[in-house]
Amino acid sequence: MEEPPAIELRGLTRHFGERTALRRVSVRVPAGTTLAVLGRNGAGKSTLLRILSTLFAVRGQLGLLSHEPLLYNDLTGRENLVYHARLHNVGEERVEQLLEAVGMERRAEDPVRLLSRGMVQRLAVCRAVLHQPRLLLLDEPRANLDPAASELVEPLIGRGAGCTRVLTSHDPQAALAEADLVLGLKDGRASFVGAPEQLSAAKLAELYA
Amino acid sequence: MKTTLTVLRKDLRLELRTLETVPAMTLFAVTTFVIFHFGLNRATIDGQLAASVLTTTLLLAGMLGVNRLFVAEREQGGFDAFLLAPVDRTAMLVAKAAALFTFLTVLEVIAVPAFGLLLLGPSLGRSLPGLIAVLALADLGIAVIGTLVSAIAIHTRARDLIGPVIGLPLLIPALIATARAIGPLLAVHGSSSPPGKWLAVLALYDVVFALIAYAVFDFLLED
Repeated sequence: MEEPPAIELRGLTRHFGERTALRRVSVRVPAGTTLAVLGRNGAGKSTLLRILSTLFAVRGQLGLLSHEPLLYNDLTGRENLVYHARLHNVGEERVEQLLEAVGMERRAEDPVRLLSRGMVQRLAVCRAVLHQPRLLLLDEPRANLDPAASELVEPLIGRGAGCTRVLTSHDPQAALAEADLVLGLKDGRASFVGAPEQLSAAKLAELYA
Repeated sequence: MKTTLTVLRKDLRLELRTLETVPAMTLFAVTTFVIFHFGLNRATIDGQLAASVLTTTLLLAGMLGVNRLFVAEREQGGFDAFLLAPVDRTAMLVAKAAALFTFLTVLEVIAVPAFGLLLLGPSLGRSLPGLIAVLALADLGIAVIGTLVSAIAIHTRARDLIGPVIGLPLLIPALIATARAIGPLLAVHGSSSPPGKWLAVLALYDVVFALIAYAVFDFLLED
């Protein structure tokens, strides 16, 4: 018997007033795989992630890494993570484990507003994976991270994370390298759904035209 | 309860660290007493006039706290992060109302003695227990209605205006009941206990709005 998918969207449509942000989008994402959502600015990528976060948040099994770090500027990194750990009923030892994993243990007592964007992004990664979610929604997950920091967060949000992932990136090649499945959005429509190797250079160029 | 305490602890920690809300509320209240002192052109006031000045000033100072209540949640993604957690959303209502109640209490610890020094004729000592009881009930009403209004306003562009525009009319009955309950306490040779009728009105008002807030708060957290 076929395993149920982690995500199955059938004819998803989203209107903002008279504007249609997503039109009849269908995609099926098997558990443990990575879906890359590609498309130029305004294609509907962020709307799709927003809808998925609303649909899956109720179960507390979702990790969201978006443009906003979702951290309080005047709390320290550790205080922020302990706060989220308590909301998710996660032990505080997990916080220390993650701070160490992303190399932030020495700056954990600094208020978030005093940290660089890269450091804040590392803390945001910790927040997103604190409760070991089954589904990770990653919107530009490596924004502001240098190569060394990217390497640090790789086990947490990369393929090694072992969960279903939906990711968007401004760099289509980087996203394709991580993807098992690609959803190409153009003007809110699913212009391409398939494996990365099926996406031709011409089709990719068309998505961003 | 655990979630409520977690959110409340975070809010109090943020306020202690930033001092953005309570000092502004307190300064506003004390400045208003000074303005009344000169505006009324009287050395002292008592009775119903004193009660009205005190109640109105505390209510308006409280609105400053109402306006700030959800700012960090909105601007720093607190709402989104909270909604991702498998917790009862009512915990945020209770925590925010408790935080606002705490802010109002700290405001009154400073503002009421200042009122006694700057404006009030009769001594505060005799009426203090009754005054504390009335203000506690009034604070509860402001905290519940303020949290509700703030949660509505924060999703709008004119959030600084929406809070007072919706909140003040809703709080008029509480203002009347508070002023009427405090009036006899602040009169020369007045009573040492507040009138039971107005205390009951305040308590009933608190209960009704607590139930309304409980019923609708979940929807207000949605985008």
